[in-house]
Amino acid sequence: MAEFRLPANSKIREGKKWPKAEGKNVKTFKIYRWSPDSGETPQVDTYEINLDECGPMVLDALIKIKNEIDPTLTFRRSCREGICGSCAMNIGDGKKGGTNTLACTKYISDMGSDVVINPLPHMEVVKDLVPDLNKAYAQLASIEPWMKTQTPPPPDQERLQSPEERKKLDGLYECILCFSCSTSCPSYWWNGDRYLGPAVLLQAYRWIADSRDEYTGERLDNLEDPFRLYRCHTIMNCSNTCPKGLNPAKAIAEIKKLMIERQG
Amino acid sequence: MSAKNRPLSPHLQVYRWQWTMAYSILHRATGVALSVGALFLVCWLVALAGGAAEFTLVQDFSASIIGKIMLLGWTWSLFYHLANGIRHMVWDSGRWLELKPAELSGHISLASSVVLTLLVWVLAYSS
Repeated sequence: MAEFRLPANSKIREGKKWPKAEGKNVKTFKIYRWSPDSGETPQVDTYEINLDECGPMVLDALIKIKNEIDPTLTFRRSCREGICGSCAMNIGDGKKGGTNTLACTKYISDMGSDVVINPLPHMEVVKDLVPDLNKAYAQLASIEPWMKTQTPPPPDQERLQSPEERKKLDGLYECILCFSCSTSCPSYWWNGDRYLGPAVLLQAYRWIADSRDEYTGERLDNLEDPFRLYRCHTIMNCSNTCPKGLNPAKAIAEIKKLMIERQG
Repeated sequence: MSAKNRPLSPHLQVYRWQWTMAYSILHRATGVALSVGALFLVCWLVALAGGAAEFTLVQDFSASIIGKIMLLGWTWSLFYHLANGIRHMVWDSGRWLELKPAELSGHISLASSVVLTLLVWVLAYSS
């Protein structure tokens, strides 16, 4: 049964208000904080930043806070250009709530009021904005995201693909595995221990759709399960939130279609 | 490092409501309402078989304010669940899964359920 409320140890308190910023172009950031060493429940700290002295992206603001205000603020980041998927988090304004996206490709100016930043939703928090992705990675491993073949490769060349066959992978290969989509999905929130979630199912379809892969049947067998695949109820949060503009809901629908088609 | 005391990050509490998310939970809610409504339909049929006294009892309840509100709710639930069910069927064929048609078809489901509900009630009261 889905538990809609946060458990007692996860209830969020009002946190520290850091010193006010000087300048005309000041923006307020409210950021989720939790440290395993504190022994306390999570809190939301309030920071102020002068945007005239800050880059345009949310990640620029996070780095500025860590460098100049509070070095204990913890988050993942690497490429700062939307290709590594490390800085996925829930970003929004104080009024409407947030959606999952990459801090490095999200403009601060997209938020009308205060910028509110939380970790990816319904995940165990390691520290501050860092969620534990171990389960998600294990689910990814379970669909064996690599090319599997029985026939030996041609001796003198690669396994070839026609342009049409290659085109089927467009919209799939671009996934950077930031798990914004999976952690936006209410089905994954309530059944994440058994439902694979949109990110992993899009990867599964990426190999099912690959003309060179020879294990399509086995891959479909592995997904033929009331929970692993069919907890998708086309809620569409995944496709709405994907920072790369991909459509996991459509990939999942294609898998469901193949399931029906192979029954004849 | 102890992982036992790790908090769960906020989800419903912070996530921005999406149209498609609202239409999805509405589909579930109307489905539940229809299941309850089916029980009431059974009551009505059993009362019909039971005789005039029982039937009058159920009919009187249906005509009361509370009864009417429930019937109106069930009428709307039926049409929303039907319209959104058709939307799900189209999705199952692989269509309407891009962002715009997915959202627009939800708006259409809701609008048509309201129109059909009004139509049924106007027809019921004008005959």
